[in-house]
Amino acid sequence: MEKNDCSAFRYAFPKTVPVLVGYLFLGAAYGILMKVNGFGLVWTLAISVFVYAGSLQYAGVSLLAAAVHPLYALAMSLMINARHLFYGLSVLEKYRGIKGYKPYLIFALTDETFSVICSEGPPEGMNRVAVYFWISFLDQIYWVAGSVIGCLAGGFLTFNTEGLDFALTALFVVIFTDQWLTQKDHRPALTGLLVSAACLAVFGADAFIIPAMAGILAVIVGLERTDRKKVETACRENG
Amino acid sequence: MQREWMIVAAMAAGTLITRFLPFILFPAGKEKPRYLEYLGKTLPYAAMGLLVVYCLKGVNFLGPSHGLPEILAVAAVAALHCWKRNSLLSIGIGTVFYMFLVQAVF
Repeated sequence: MEKNDCSAFRYAFPKTVPVLVGYLFLGAAYGILMKVNGFGLVWTLAISVFVYAGSLQYAGVSLLAAAVHPLYALAMSLMINARHLFYGLSVLEKYRGIKGYKPYLIFALTDETFSVICSEGPPEGMNRVAVYFWISFLDQIYWVAGSVIGCLAGGFLTFNTEGLDFALTALFVVIFTDQWLTQKDHRPALTGLLVSAACLAVFGADAFIIPAMAGILAVIVGLERTDRKKVETACRENG
Repeated sequence: MQREWMIVAAMAAGTLITRFLPFILFPAGKEKPRYLEYLGKTLPYAAMGLLVVYCLKGVNFLGPSHGLPEILAVAAVAALHCWKRNSLLSIGIGTVFYMFLVQAVF
């Protein structure tokens, strides 16, 4: 078991290097943002360990700075993290039957960890669960380390940090571009972009997420129907 | 400070709910509805489009800069990423470029 765990670690670590770089950078930007908004090491550490959700943590800086009602913070958390529902649905089969580590694996399923786990098929004979665990755990270590470094360095910053939070937008644009380049079917991505933009124009910045999610679901259900009909017609035509 | 800690607890609770709900709704052995598979294949892509819009929701196209820093920086990130396919490079240079635009140009 010990030896198996060790080889799982050696297999998992290289897969996480892109996340290592990204999380140190984005985590540090988060730590700096927290620091310049008056929230120090204890806050940053606690949130990166227990919340551990990048985009929500960025949004959380303004929630904390404005001292909003906790229920509003809960609603925002559900909306911003709603995409995790889809990640969970995508790895249901992969995580089926895992004992012990499973609650942590589910807790730590961020966008980046999801993308690594998704593309992961450990070789025969290797402890699959140990590989998933190391990927998830290493990613969180990078995130926590990055945010702590940023928080500590933030106290010594003498340059103008205006616009630093664009790092998050850039991350999502990068993931979107990646998905666009690797996917043949662009309808889901376009649906997400266009329905959200339309809802933003109609409902405004503070109220567009729920209608956008409902709209996206509706369009995708419609796409599924069309695809199914196409398949059925093709099957009939081919006898 | 108590209120801030409650906000942190709310953020943790909201995250736990969204991450655990699929596993609670569809435990081992229970059959998944047919459309779930299609959702699992398409929603991650749509969700990323939503997130990009979410990040840009505060941009005021009628304001003094007409949203030009955001438009230029997003275009730069996408173009750089198509070219080099290096996430860190795209994010790093895109962010520095955006900071330069909002601080020194607009």
